[in-house]
Amino acid sequence: MAYKRQIDRLPIIPADATKHNVVCHYCIVGCGYHAYSWPVNRQGGVAPSTNVFGADLSRQQPPDTAAWYAPSMYNIVKQDGKDVHIVIKPDDACIVNSGLGSARGARMAEMSYSRARTTQQQRLTDPLVWRYGQMQPTSWDDALDLVARVTARIVAEKGEDALFVSAFDHGGAGGGYENTWGTGKLYFGAMKIKNIRIHNRPAYNSEVHGTRDMGVGELNNCYEDAELADTIMVVGANPLETQTNYFLNHWVPNVRGFSLDKKNEQLAGEAHDRGRIIIVDPRRTVTVAACEAEAGPENVLHLQINSGTDLALFNALFTEIADQGWVDQDFIDRSTTSEAGAGDGSDPAWPAVLTSFIAARAGNRMTVEEAAEITGLSPDDIRKAARWIAQPKQGGARRRTMFAYEKGLIWGNDNYRTNGALVNIALATGNVGRPGGGVVRLGGHQEGYVRPSDAHVGRPAAYVDRLLIDGQGGVHHVWGCDHYKTTLNASEFMRVYKQRTDKVKDAMNAVRYGDREAMVDAIVTAINDGGLFAVDVDIVPTKIGEACHVVLPAATAGEMNLTSMNGERRMRLTERYMDPPGQAMPDCLIAARIANRMQRILTDLGKADIAANFDGFDWKTEEDAFTDGYNATAKGGEHVTYDRLRAMGTNGFQEPAVGFENGRIVGTQRLYADGKFGTEDGKARFMYAEWRGLEAPGKQKQRDSYAFLINNGRANLVWQSAYLDVDNDFVMDRWPFPFIEMHPNDMAKVGVKKGDLVEVYNDAGSTQAMAYPTPSARPGETFMLFAFPTGVQGNVVNAGTNELGIPNYKQTWGNIRKIADAPASVAHLSFKSKEYNAT
Amino acid sequence: MPRCERLIDMGRRQFLRGSAIAAAGAAAAVSVPSGAQEVRTQAAMARVEYPSIRLANIADLTINRPLEVAFPDDDAPGVLLKLGSRVEGGTGPDEDIVGFSTTCPHKGFPLLYNADDRTLNCRNHYSRFDCEAGGQQIWGHAAQNLPQYALRIDENGDIYAEGVDELLYGRLSNVL
Repeated sequence: MAYKRQIDRLPIIPADATKHNVVCHYCIVGCGYHAYSWPVNRQGGVAPSTNVFGADLSRQQPPDTAAWYAPSMYNIVKQDGKDVHIVIKPDDACIVNSGLGSARGARMAEMSYSRARTTQQQRLTDPLVWRYGQMQPTSWDDALDLVARVTARIVAEKGEDALFVSAFDHGGAGGGYENTWGTGKLYFGAMKIKNIRIHNRPAYNSEVHGTRDMGVGELNNCYEDAELADTIMVVGANPLETQTNYFLNHWVPNVRGFSLDKKNEQLAGEAHDRGRIIIVDPRRTVTVAACEAEAGPENVLHLQINSGTDLALFNALFTEIADQGWVDQDFIDRSTTSEAGAGDGSDPAWPAVLTSFIAARAGNRMTVEEAAEITGLSPDDIRKAARWIAQPKQGGARRRTMFAYEKGLIWGNDNYRTNGALVNIALATGNVGRPGGGVVRLGGHQEGYVRPSDAHVGRPAAYVDRLLIDGQGGVHHVWGCDHYKTTLNASEFMRVYKQRTDKVKDAMNAVRYGDREAMVDAIVTAINDGGLFAVDVDIVPTKIGEACHVVLPAATAGEMNLTSMNGERRMRLTERYMDPPGQAMPDCLIAARIANRMQRILTDLGKADIAANFDGFDWKTEEDAFTDGYNATAKGGEHVTYDRLRAMGTNGFQEPAVGFENGRIVGTQRLYADGKFGTEDGKARFMYAEWRGLEAPGKQKQRDSYAFLINNGRANLVWQSAYLDVDNDFVMDRWPFPFIEMHPNDMAKVGVKKGDLVEVYNDAGSTQAMAYPTPSARPGETFMLFAFPTGVQGNVVNAGTNELGIPNYKQTWGNIRKIADAPASVAHLSFKSKEYNAT
Repeated sequence: MPRCERLIDMGRRQFLRGSAIAAAGAAAAVSVPSGAQEVRTQAAMARVEYPSIRLANIADLTINRPLEVAFPDDDAPGVLLKLGSRVEGGTGPDEDIVGFSTTCPHKGFPLLYNADDRTLNCRNHYSRFDCEAGGQQIWGHAAQNLPQYALRIDENGDIYAEGVDELLYGRLSNVL
């Protein structure tokens, strides 16, 4: 049977409950919530005067009511050491989500640490060290001393390049401005660490270098633009599943025709109709199905391309639009460069030439027929897409088209050029900086980046995973990352990482723990012999953490005050509404305490000059880190303080801040509204981005050698690598194993039934998944849940990246064979179609 | 028109795209309480006490045709189904009779039965629940599976609902 909580009543929020501002700490959309808390021995009542809603709760409440919360929105947590009831429910007044809660955010309360209700008991509560052959709890002093002594010794003896770092760079949980600044100041300020990578890729690089180099920051519009657009073109994204409430609250009204009043009011003087949508994706997703149900198939164009051929499609659209004369020549003349760029694209740091419209048009020329051949699309559909994007509207007004993209492009073939080719279309049609436009990534996490310059990292940045596999580095600090689940070439990485860290564990086993000097000597000797000393900072035990020698417990959003911005650069403060578990601390303060220790130890080692670099970490609170970082160094940061953000509630303001007036921070609705772009001369660049097939090493060979495309991505129930979901009964009941969607004929070919465990394998490695029959899948093309702990898709992603170190997770091919019949945990599952069908 | 016909008919009318919210709003209006009524409370207990309510007789059920019911009161719409083949949690001589709330646990909009694949579907946000798998959310936004009735069938074939296994949308106590 499906999992049921057997809860038929919840405590009622009393009228005088404490209320905190909360932004969902999972996806980039950043839905507004409130956390209501009250003493555990009290409760509200059903009479309107006795509950926070002022509603008669003895009656059934209507659909979409604010006066209800699900069991997943309730818990008992500690607040200032005392048990309190807590309800974390969506905020109706937040313009991002208007009261909608996703299947992720609506579980924030249930995903909190509660000893009273035994939720998230996996959370790390104490520093842990490798002692007597296993991980054991210890004090912060002891753990930090070991970390700092080994790190300082290696840095002093081998230089900073021997310290490797993996660190989040985003907002939301496991990030935010406080924590990116804390870690950033440590590794880019006090030190200049070059061998550093980010949580989901093996280098310290942008996922969207292409658009940035063209002068177009990737989050340049506002969510309302999705309501105002004549056409939305979405590439390699499944927003119903992964940016759920952005899609439901801002896209769906447009394709339903419900935003017509808003269009007529804000954009008077031109023809308006319900929005159309073009979806570029080799897979038929729930987003496609929902759009068809809402808008009718006649208003939805699903361009089901061959995997990895986006660039050819974009160049054909660019060519067709230019040939038809549908470009915005005024915009091109005013806001883009007229100078042809230098170079030939052979420099790996600059994998394409940044240039003028005229040069890009000549260089990228591709006919509709050529693109049809490469992409597998019909020429008619490509021409239709060009019309929907750029053909002037009735009356001659320019069509407003919003371009959105995410991991299908970012983790797809030829990232840099494909990104540029899409931005080319947006620039050519003048759809940046204007209402109903924008060319934006949809995003994964929220953002929250403020760090000292990373210029010393270089470009292309170091391929950190490869260096680790090659035996480089002596100490590895890991912050909120789990390479074992979220990297490419993961099988090989795990094999080598375990060997190297085991070497240090064996050395530690041979020394009495209390003899610190001997312990550090033994560790350093093991490092000199190819070992690796690893420190993991996280909120939960991770897979890579199993290899580490020290684990430091961090606090997450709500256990600390935390600021982030969402996909329209909307910045809010999530207030601290509960205590962190045990001794856990905010990452920024952990970084500060490491810095304090390093300074002392380097001074003791006689390295006073290096020790001086570790000044400025005397923060006592996360607000100190925020003031030191965002407030002092971010663009417009001088206008932003915790008090001001608190007053701005869940709507916050859109970055960058440009002032503070009448008690409110003044933000920026859209970037580039003035036609000036992020280049030295303010002119945007086009990109000469010629199609060159499957670009990353080993991909074409894989495609030629194996039977199935192993496409991969997200499921709406699961957040990121399931680091919290793995301890949630509702999620793990639905997905005990990662699904792999397969056409029934393909399942018959390899002899598997629904729910059977299969092995997916190729030249890079092997992994497992659970077969999910999917009649809408194209034969030969499967789709596997990414980054899931009980079957890591990254095991079968080869080591090939683009020139700038961007992994190419999506273009993976492999064979599939049966491992076993469906295990008991799978027997009760539904294997019906995920698609909503309106007929 | 019998109630079961109405439910199917609602499904057929989904081609009226764009009318989803308006239709749901109308459905909502039915259950909005009138302010004049007096506030009711239930004595505090660890779990709520459910009434035992006769929903139908086995003879009223036809395989794969939903029968509209309500439990534990008229403001809590639901459905009885005879699926035609045994399911886990099914009751009756063929262990194939199940009952579910038809209020979506995500945002409270009405769920519609799709007889082709025996699912309940929300046309506002596209969530889907499997009537043959204990109301498991196949795909959707709710953070819980669909509330299912505890059913008892007496010697006369009368079907009684006597409990619900998840919190119903729109009420903080399943029994008001």
